[in-house]
Amino acid sequence: MESKNSIGSIWKGLTVTLKHLFSSHAKRKVISVSSDNYFKQLEGTGTIQYPKQQLPVPEVGRYQLDVEIDDCIVCDLCAKICPVDCIDIEQIKATELIGHTSDGSPKRIYAAKFDIDMAKCMYCGLCTIVCPTECIIMTNTYDRSVFELKDLTYGFSDMTPAEAEEKRALLEKQLAEKQAAKEAAMKQKEGRA
Amino acid sequence: MLIAAGLFAFSGLFALFGVYAERKVSAFIQDRLGPMETGKYGVLQTIADVIKLLIKELIIPGAADKWLFMMSPAIIFIAVYMGFAAIPWSSGLAPSNINLGLYYIFAIISIETLGILMAGWGSNNKYSILGAMRSAAQIVSYEIPAGFAIISVVMIAQTLDMQTISAQQGILSAEHTKFLGIWDVTNVGGILSWNIFRAPHLIIAFVIYFIASLAESNRAPFDIPEAESELVAGFHTEFTGMRFAFVFLAEYSMMFLVSMIAAVLFLGAWNTPLPNLGVVRLADWTTGVAWGIVWLAVKALALVGIQMWIRWTLPRLRVDQLMNLCWKILTPLAFACMLISGVWRLWVM
Repeated sequence: MESKNSIGSIWKGLTVTLKHLFSSHAKRKVISVSSDNYFKQLEGTGTIQYPKQQLPVPEVGRYQLDVEIDDCIVCDLCAKICPVDCIDIEQIKATELIGHTSDGSPKRIYAAKFDIDMAKCMYCGLCTIVCPTECIIMTNTYDRSVFELKDLTYGFSDMTPAEAEEKRALLEKQLAEKQAAKEAAMKQKEGRA
Repeated sequence: MLIAAGLFAFSGLFALFGVYAERKVSAFIQDRLGPMETGKYGVLQTIADVIKLLIKELIIPGAADKWLFMMSPAIIFIAVYMGFAAIPWSSGLAPSNINLGLYYIFAIISIETLGILMAGWGSNNKYSILGAMRSAAQIVSYEIPAGFAIISVVMIAQTLDMQTISAQQGILSAEHTKFLGIWDVTNVGGILSWNIFRAPHLIIAFVIYFIASLAESNRAPFDIPEAESELVAGFHTEFTGMRFAFVFLAEYSMMFLVSMIAAVLFLGAWNTPLPNLGVVRLADWTTGVAWGIVWLAVKALALVGIQMWIRWTLPRLRVDQLMNLCWKILTPLAFACMLISGVWRLWVM
């Protein structure tokens, strides 16, 4: 009786593996998880040959951040909300209106530095929610790798250090002028009194 | 010399093919793809593996017994490799035509145990010695049912000459062949004149021999000498580079060798499975030296395929289960087969 049982169970196991062996010609189809058939692919092999095959992901998924610096008003909200402080922004106030973003917001601040440390980023997406001009977004890039740790800090500022220095000097000059005007006004006031 | 080189080349090529096939079969059974990157569908994977093994450093553990350790892979491989010498490939085509062929093969294969014990003892490693002792116990035990299954064939065939045993199972037979002992199929041939159908109890003997041969080549479900999950790699834990490659080569050559012996003894050797049907002389058309090689290779490869299929299906047996199966089931059944063989030879054939 016992040997009959074991022969039966051995045979059952052998038929299961044989079925899998011969259904291996069916390859897994590369379809999105949102497809109705995604969880119905029970036959055949389950391997996806990454990176030759890639599962489609939403165009704006919750993967690596990207900044459209032309649309950025350098309000620093993203850096403030970031729970892990991976965004590092250095602002320089402009002496005049720089221009407008694509949604019409006035730009009054230069971004001398707009660095995002991808090694720290936890992909929570809070920065994309608070951004008033929707210039910081999450993309569908998820498999970037680098050879140097410092390359994981992505710089998005389009200003050269020389330009930043020039703007800084302009700002200081304007501040100094304003200060001088203020002092002159004060003096005038005192003199009158 | 030429034959020896040819057999060596064959066992090397077969190991290349066997490892690739094993990886693909296991992958498909587990719904994976297996090697895919090296060459189309990964066909060059095993060649790449061999190159890797060739250029790896040969490490001898400090506490190892140097001579035993260095010699054991060679002994393990040579024992299996020399077994090929007596196997007939086709009618009139055998590396060495000796009238004690079967006896010789059985004797030379058992030297492999010595090599495994040397490897285990020489490595001076607890996993290796455990694996080697398990292997010795297992091979010594399973040689008994295997031996009696073979003897039941020999009693039917009345010879130890592999070439004569082969010739008896087809249309080239010198004596009268009877299907199940009743129907004279001397001129019909084909599958009807194979040993398992000349004397049907040899089907049981064949199953016993097949199970025992799995145990003798340390294949799953009888792979307790290697037992990856408990003994790292068993007796060959400490081997690196080409020494490891030789142990592996021996394992795959052993798979093919035992499958060839099973095919020769039970499944009609190099005889065609197609019988003569009236004017359709299928057996006559598919008999010849070249056909013989094809049929024997097909039969042996089919058995190798079944070995792989079993390996990736069944879990490993415990030591006590292994001994139970051998001594309480296979050995009595093999004895019964031998007894029936005697009766069959005397009263039926």
